Amino acid sequence: MLCCVCKEKEAKVHLTQIVGDKMQKVDLCEGCAAQKGVNDPAGFSLADLLLGLGASQEMEQATGGGELKCSNCGFTQADFKKAGRLGCSECYTTFSEGLDGLLKTMHKGTKHMGKVPHAMQQSRELSDKLKSLQKKLDKAVAEEDFEQAAAMRDEIKATKEKIASIATA
Amino acid sequence: MNLHEFLLSPDESARREGPHNKIVMSSRVRLARNIKGAAFPGWAKKADRIKTLDIVRPAVESLPQMADHFSETMDNLTLLDKNILVERHLISREHAAKNAGSGLVFNREETLCVMINEEDHLRMQALRPGLQLKQAWQAIDQVDSKLEKKLEYAFSPELGYLTACPTNLGTGIRVSAMLHLPGLVLAEQINQIIQAVNKLGLAVRGLYGEGTEALGNVFQVSNQMTLGEAETDIVERLSKVLSQIIEHEENARGTLLEKKPKTVYNHIGRAYGILANAHSISSKETMNLLSLMRLGVDLGLFPDLDRALVDELFVITQPNHLQKRYSDKLTAEERDLLRADMLRDRLRPSAGRSQPTPPPVAPKSLTLRPRPFCHAGDSPDFSLGPPRWRRHTLSARSAGNGEIGANEDISC
Repeated sequence: MLCCVCKEKEAKVHLTQIVGDKMQKVDLCEGCAAQKGVNDPAGFSLADLLLGLGASQEMEQATGGGELKCSNCGFTQADFKKAGRLGCSECYTTFSEGLDGLLKTMHKGTKHMGKVPHAMQQSRELSDKLKSLQKKLDKAVAEEDFEQAAAMRDEIKATKEKIASIATA
Repeated sequence: MNLHEFLLSPDESARREGPHNKIVMSSRVRLARNIKGAAFPGWAKKADRIKTLDIVRPAVESLPQMADHFSETMDNLTLLDKNILVERHLISREHAAKNAGSGLVFNREETLCVMINEEDHLRMQALRPGLQLKQAWQAIDQVDSKLEKKLEYAFSPELGYLTACPTNLGTGIRVSAMLHLPGLVLAEQINQIIQAVNKLGLAVRGLYGEGTEALGNVFQVSNQMTLGEAETDIVERLSKVLSQIIEHEENARGTLLEKKPKTVYNHIGRAYGILANAHSISSKETMNLLSLMRLGVDLGLFPDLDRALVDELFVITQPNHLQKRYSDKLTAEERDLLRADMLRDRLRPSAGRSQPTPPPVAPKSLTLRPRPFCHAGDSPDFSLGPPRWRRHTLSARSAGNGEIGANEDISC
């Protein structure tokens, strides 16, 4: 078995980690193992290492070996493999396909459940409001309730203005 | 501003008290945030990093929580000062390696510290003594809410806060506690605990975080997953695991004392003997022996000794703190000599030595127990309670046989 980092030397260090029901394996040659700091088999950084290497493997599979490049910052998949980190926030869109599987093995879920910046929270609430107003408007028009329709139209206008003011703030 | 005039003295720092601080040395909650559109620090060009720093630093400095702050760019700090900040657990090793384009802001109480352009544009951390994860989370949450008004974060409704490393994605939170677990190490249960904790998706690391060894039986336990779970749930989950670890550590200490009291006392006594009498001692050995002394303090074996003194020694015997105190051109061998001198001074203040900084509680002569030393063949009599050491007589007694347990591997 060849080392999964340099792909040249025989792998002599084999690491396995099980998180939940997912198993990850990494096979390294002695040189790469030392370089990655795996000199202590009970080492504490094992988890970080596995995540980093697992990430690039998954990404390679997802893109079928093709080379992706981020249009915002010029970061490539090869760079990710080297660094284990991304280039900019846009990279998450560029490499989304490869990252998806990786995030599943790495995290509890793939949907953010935590804090949302206040401005974002506001605009999210407003866009939800906008959608429901639009529905009410359509309903009012269909029922030929023009008084209600006019009220909805005004409220939609006000909501859109609010969204615009948040976006420019 | 001079860093060393601003920093708390190691003594002040060690005296800060928190819940469960026998076992939990400190709590920390860190959030990772980035500026929308800008390349992450590891990928950005120097000019871009400086640009980001110039936007982020004033925003951080103007926080009400940072009213009294120290702020500096990393290229204006000497390597020695940066390493001292690492030894104080204020910045990461990674951040200490940064130069132009990276910066640091922390408050007077050292409860809030923001690293700029470390792995992410912003790494903000709230620090508390003892077990105070919730308080630390609330503090950093407030700081974050203030900062989001001034800075435009990279955020996606689906993926949350976008971070340089996908392992921090989502909440960008790392909740961690620094634990002193000599009981579990001595009882050889520590590996089981580490494995169990790992299975729960939590990470166990050494003293200085990622990729470092557990010197002095100090371990950092933290969450690993950041996406798909709310911050408060992560804090809650870690708190539960920590209270179990605390319980296990307490049980391990109890069991050890019950089943092998002599072994425990022997380890602690030898640790003290070496620390108070050595003339050359490495940083690693010091940490491991201080850990045993800390355990001794917890077990009430050193009634006149303050835990804060041990915690202070943990810090000031570190290589860079010694360099700062004496000279930054010390070799490792010279440091070992000076470290030993310092430890003898601080642990045996009555030995007639000069005392630059006497320990907080000067040990008076303690009451000797009727039979303070067990002779071979004696059956130990523990109805007398744990033996207590009299600091200066111990050295005199044990110096005679010429082997103060120097080669014994007490660190387990």
